[in-house]
Amino acid sequence: MSPTEQPQAPAPTPQEGADATSARRLVDVVLRARTFGIIAVLGVLVLVSALIQSRFVGGGEIRFILSQTSLYALVAVGEAMVILTRNVDLSVGSVVGLSAYVSANEFGAHPGISIVVVFLVGLGVGLACGVVTGAITAIGRVPSLVVTLAMLYIIRGVDTIIVGSGVVLASTEPNSFLNLPTDTLLGIPDIALAVAVVVAIAAYYLNSFRSGRDLYAIGSDPDAARRAGIPIAKRVFTAFVISGALSGVAGVVWAAQYATIESTAATGLELQVIAAVVVGGVAIFGGSGSVVGAALGALLLQTINSALNVIGISSIWTEAISGLLLILAITLDRGIQLRLAAALRKRRVRLGA
Amino acid sequence: MREVSEQGQPNGESGEESDDASSGSHSDAAADAGAAAQPSAAGAGSRPILSVRDVSKAFGAVHALQSVSMDLYGGEVHGVVGENGAGKSTLVKIFGGVHPPDSGALLDADGQPLVLTGPAAARDAGIAIIFQEPTLFPDISVAENVFIARQPLHRGRRIDHRSMQRQTRALFERLGVPLDPDRVARGLSIAEQQIVEIGKALSFDARVVVMDEPTAALSATEVARLFGVVESLRDHGVAVVFISHRLEEVFAICQRVTVLRDGRLVLSRPVKGLTGGDLVRAMVGRDIAARAHEHHEPGAAVLRVEDLSRAGIFKDISFEVRAGEIVALAGLVGAGRSEVARAAFGIDHYDSGSVFVGERKLRKGVPIDAMRAGVAMVPEDRRQQGLVMDMSIADNVSLASLRALTRRGLLVSSSVRKFATDWSARLQVKYNRITNPATSLSGGNQQKVVLAKWLSREPAVIIVDEPTRGIDIATKAEVHRLLVELSRNGVAVLMISSELPEVLAVADRILVMREGRLVAELAHAEASEEAIMAAATGQAGAGVPATMGASPA
Repeated sequence: MSPTEQPQAPAPTPQEGADATSARRLVDVVLRARTFGIIAVLGVLVLVSALIQSRFVGGGEIRFILSQTSLYALVAVGEAMVILTRNVDLSVGSVVGLSAYVSANEFGAHPGISIVVVFLVGLGVGLACGVVTGAITAIGRVPSLVVTLAMLYIIRGVDTIIVGSGVVLASTEPNSFLNLPTDTLLGIPDIALAVAVVVAIAAYYLNSFRSGRDLYAIGSDPDAARRAGIPIAKRVFTAFVISGALSGVAGVVWAAQYATIESTAATGLELQVIAAVVVGGVAIFGGSGSVVGAALGALLLQTINSALNVIGISSIWTEAISGLLLILAITLDRGIQLRLAAALRKRRVRLGA
Repeated sequence: MREVSEQGQPNGESGEESDDASSGSHSDAAADAGAAAQPSAAGAGSRPILSVRDVSKAFGAVHALQSVSMDLYGGEVHGVVGENGAGKSTLVKIFGGVHPPDSGALLDADGQPLVLTGPAAARDAGIAIIFQEPTLFPDISVAENVFIARQPLHRGRRIDHRSMQRQTRALFERLGVPLDPDRVARGLSIAEQQIVEIGKALSFDARVVVMDEPTAALSATEVARLFGVVESLRDHGVAVVFISHRLEEVFAICQRVTVLRDGRLVLSRPVKGLTGGDLVRAMVGRDIAARAHEHHEPGAAVLRVEDLSRAGIFKDISFEVRAGEIVALAGLVGAGRSEVARAAFGIDHYDSGSVFVGERKLRKGVPIDAMRAGVAMVPEDRRQQGLVMDMSIADNVSLASLRALTRRGLLVSSSVRKFATDWSARLQVKYNRITNPATSLSGGNQQKVVLAKWLSREPAVIIVDEPTRGIDIATKAEVHRLLVELSRNGVAVLMISSELPEVLAVADRILVMREGRLVAELAHAEASEEAIMAAATGQAGAGVPATMGASPA
């Protein structure tokens, strides 16, 4: 056969074009449904709670929820960035605890110290922890599950040694610090606004910078990322450092919120944060999701806590219900993924051979 | 006329470039290449863009490639064909910088040796590999998949999403394929994923595009569209290497064809004037081992597969295996043979059809059901699926028969050891101690352990998938003898094998699959390598004379 007799590329048939579009729409709808799903659940939750107990939609309650969420959302942003790379950071709770004690202790050690300096101290503690965790994980290539589990205990241990049987008491902290969680701007807690800015910056970074996009690529397919020349170790290291830094800052927020800080502060926080991240639609094995979703996940879990409380359901139920929600979110996600894959496969078969 | 290739140096690691230069250079490259969009018929016949010179590569004792030389010209599609294991994949890996050749070299357009230290080096040298199943990042957009780690930038190192989208759209337009740059890669068909990879290759100005069996998983429409893309590449002066099992595709799209057989180049010439028969002869023409095959009458049908279908994998598969009969499932890699066997055994699901053992219908997706009915399956990958590598030989052999070795629900270790020793002796497994881990055995002995594990259940049907892959010749012969012996004892044997001499030596009846369908059934007497290959490649009736081993090269 001569080259001139080769089959020409056929223009896509209308059928094929339509299928391609509908396939795309299907994928898009499912992906968007994630974020909208959280917002919808939030809406229903608020509505139902308000119907049962009108106090729930009062400004006070909503301000309380936002203020409480801020702490978790802050940590969740860093955690989300780590999870995006197909890693996990279990040490965040310990970092928050250590940072809370060390930073709040400054008020007693250096009376009259500026709050800004105290935040910098917290940030420094978090950065240090993040650098150690990131270095062992990324450069030493040890699975992050193990490294951060070890760091969880080590940092908590250091915390216990430093604190001893001591405790930071509210009396040593200035009022301006203790009022942080309740200060508002136009009715919205200052802290919530600040965290919203952090979330926005993180979202913009992840979307608009090569190094941010690399996190998605790494989590999506580590081997392909390596082949594409992405510096995996460097990016994973950075993610851990950011996670540590944000946890450090969150520690100071914790101190302001709880005022009295013992060595057990923020114990177990890491699991609540991971729950928030996953409920917020970040895939637990990386590659997809957003920090906005993670923050919304934190908001949802916090709202549930408050709603159950306001409605009058005992707080002993809240943890079980949070867990249930987590399972629901993950099974739903998995189900949708499988359905989607099957739908796309069927479509192709119908189209093809 | 192909000046683009000279000035359009591969952008390489553009991550290090300054922002403006980077975003500029991408659009320039696209524009330049677009300007050179004239058919370069003169490309062929002039200097080759890339030459393979006396390249050899061995893996252990296996000579994957032996002094292979070929020239790739711009504006030409060069087909490479050969049987499974002929060395095509190794050739691809040498192009891709995955394996360095043991001897010989790749030469660039100026005749200078090209040392590829890795995939990145190959890319920088303008060589792109399109794999049969590309690995895209499923969670990010198509445009980003094309430009990952090389995204065009605004000032301040921010990604210029719009420019990235525009450039991707331009690439796809050049290829004549409407693909939405904004959609996520998850859910793209394999054909579309290949297009994305080709777009990526164009985006860093690849001058050699190697396609490793790109059509194996595509439908007819998709193949036609891919051919359109290949022609567009060719018309832009790219040298395309097109590896395929399907000879009709080689005739449809290639200007030149190279045939590999057992790692050697047996033919490399323009397609014009060649026939399908010529290629088939060149592909299989090796000395054929003496066939010691005695005929005997098989018994009643034991395993019956009726109208088995699984969407996109295999369709309307019906056959039976009778007691005392060895049936081989032949065909090319990817034809769906293992998938049929796995579905019949209950490991994989199927959409319709049924599987019977005797009169008993097996439930789908329940391997235990098949095992209880007396079916045993020796899987293709013995390290992953056949053995628990860290467990002892004794434990591996007895693993499928534990129920018989317990007393009051507890395993009796002395019984286990005796059982394992007996069966290992029967299969002549050579081991040091029965309590050593399976990892301590050679490949052939490992395979015997897997066989012992299943034979100890005294199955009525045994399915063996590539039973002699990667084991030495002596053990191979032993396994063959064992299979024949089993069948003489009334066991129904279904064997999947890619090695034609093995199929011809052992099988009483040969079923040939192509692209998920049963296309031929050959009795032992009428089977030949040519007949099997012709059916497997869709070259039915490519009149092949009886003279074997006549290599036209």
